[in-house]
Amino acid sequence: MTNVRVAGVGLTHFGHHPERTSRDLFAEAGLSALDDADVAAGDVESVYYGNFMGELSEHQGHQGPLAAEALGVDAPATRYESACASSGVALRQAVRDVRNGEVDVAVVGGAERMNNLETAESTEALAIAADDLYEVRAGMTFPGAYALMASAYFEQFGGSREDLAHVAVKNHANALGNDHAQYQKEITVEDAMESPPVASPLHLYDACPVTDGASAVVLVGEAYAESEDLDAPVAVTGTGQGGDKMALHDREDVATSPAATDAAEEAYEDAGVSADDVDLAEVHDCFTIAEVLATESLGFFETGEGVDAARRGVTTSDGDLPVNLSGGLKAKGHPVGATGTSQVAELTKLLRGDHVNSEHVPDATTAVAHNAGGTVASAVVHVLEEVEA
Amino acid sequence: MSDVRDAGYDDFVDALADGEGYYVECDEGHGSLPPRRACPHCASRDLSEEPLPETGTVESCTEIHVPTPSFADDAPYVVAVVDFGPVRVTGQVLADPEDVEIGSTVAPTVTETATEGDRLVAFELR
Ligand SMILES: [Zn+2]
Repeated sequence: MTNVRVAGVGLTHFGHHPERTSRDLFAEAGLSALDDADVAAGDVESVYYGNFMGELSEHQGHQGPLAAEALGVDAPATRYESACASSGVALRQAVRDVRNGEVDVAVVGGAERMNNLETAESTEALAIAADDLYEVRAGMTFPGAYALMASAYFEQFGGSREDLAHVAVKNHANALGNDHAQYQKEITVEDAMESPPVASPLHLYDACPVTDGASAVVLVGEAYAESEDLDAPVAVTGTGQGGDKMALHDREDVATSPAATDAAEEAYEDAGVSADDVDLAEVHDCFTIAEVLATESLGFFETGEGVDAARRGVTTSDGDLPVNLSGGLKAKGHPVGATGTSQVAELTKLLRGDHVNSEHVPDATTAVAHNAGGTVASAVVHVLEEVEA
Repeated sequence: MSDVRDAGYDDFVDALADGEGYYVECDEGHGSLPPRRACPHCASRDLSEEPLPETGTVESCTEIHVPTPSFADDAPYVVAVVDFGPVRVTGQVLADPEDVEIGSTVAPTVTETATEGDRLVAFELR
């Protein structure tokens, strides 16, 4: 089994690009990843592409081949769909194929175009990540589902809207210098508290924006990296995936995300690390409560004790365990199918030392990416380690 | 969308509307909602329809202010996950938001959306 190196990463600006097709967005991210890797398109043996709502937003299915041709790659290409975890699961498949020696050079990425839809249409498109019969038809929205998780969390473990506001403030602060981020604007706890309600107890500033964008990473086997003399100091050393019932009401507990716990345990064991070894993390904060659930599932905090981590300064940029130094989904943005690989792209740069926020984690060697689908009916976790100084 | 029924689901809603709600139970006692051919919790294929208890308890709830287009004229409204013991059900609570809280007792019913007249699972406070 060969080690899997991240040879290069690429991101578009995340934001409002209603006029740009996802094939164009992915071309920008993928080509910049190939350039960053110093790998020729002709060497790519497989393309793994994540996208969620292409049929609804662009009337386009079968997007794998489009993704490959956008990069000038002539190789097998497959689209992966797992709601907001689409490119995370694409990455997991690529990691396994490279490890097994079936593929030496892989491009993994994703793209999403959402702002060409009206707000109501994108709300509806996102809602289909929930159970259509028993959730969507009952009037559930995606924010509504996370609101149900937040209400149950507050009831069982305590915590307050103000605790969640600190998560939003932190992630906005982290995005300030990130040129890829949708929002480079500081907010205050008061701003978050006073923003309009979306689905109680969640307000507008608890939610990630609607985002267009793409991301890509180039993965290579260690032997290829050595023979080509690539500068690829970061390795994907652990991968894990967990699943849960689709509808919240079919879960054992509405206030936790056991699929992410399972994914994290598998990824840690795979990498031979524990939660204590993790220096920084990018987690799926589509809503502020989601960051709380994620950090508990990843083992950074006991269940019920993660809600005030941002408020206590533990997960801030100067804390012991910075979370979402990119700005997270909350401030960097959440182009659904692109999110999983964008987390890995950001972490790779943070570990390599060429991210605008690398100064906050100069000694970091171990990072974790957590990508969730729906209300965490799907979860995928990857461990990244700096293996060459 | 066509008018074709969704077997299992539409039968469930019909039964709820007639005051004869049911759920699917496996031989291990796990509850779930139809259609099912296997228990989602233990894979048992020994399933039966059991009467839904007359009341349940709100396990979590939210007042939705930003709806999907199908609920545009309904917002704001309350959605709850209601625990009936062997099974939980998601639906709208037909009550003032300030009167609904975790722990509230509700009974299942069926209503129509104000927006498009679609049927949906709902609850009334008891
Ligand atoms: Zn069972």
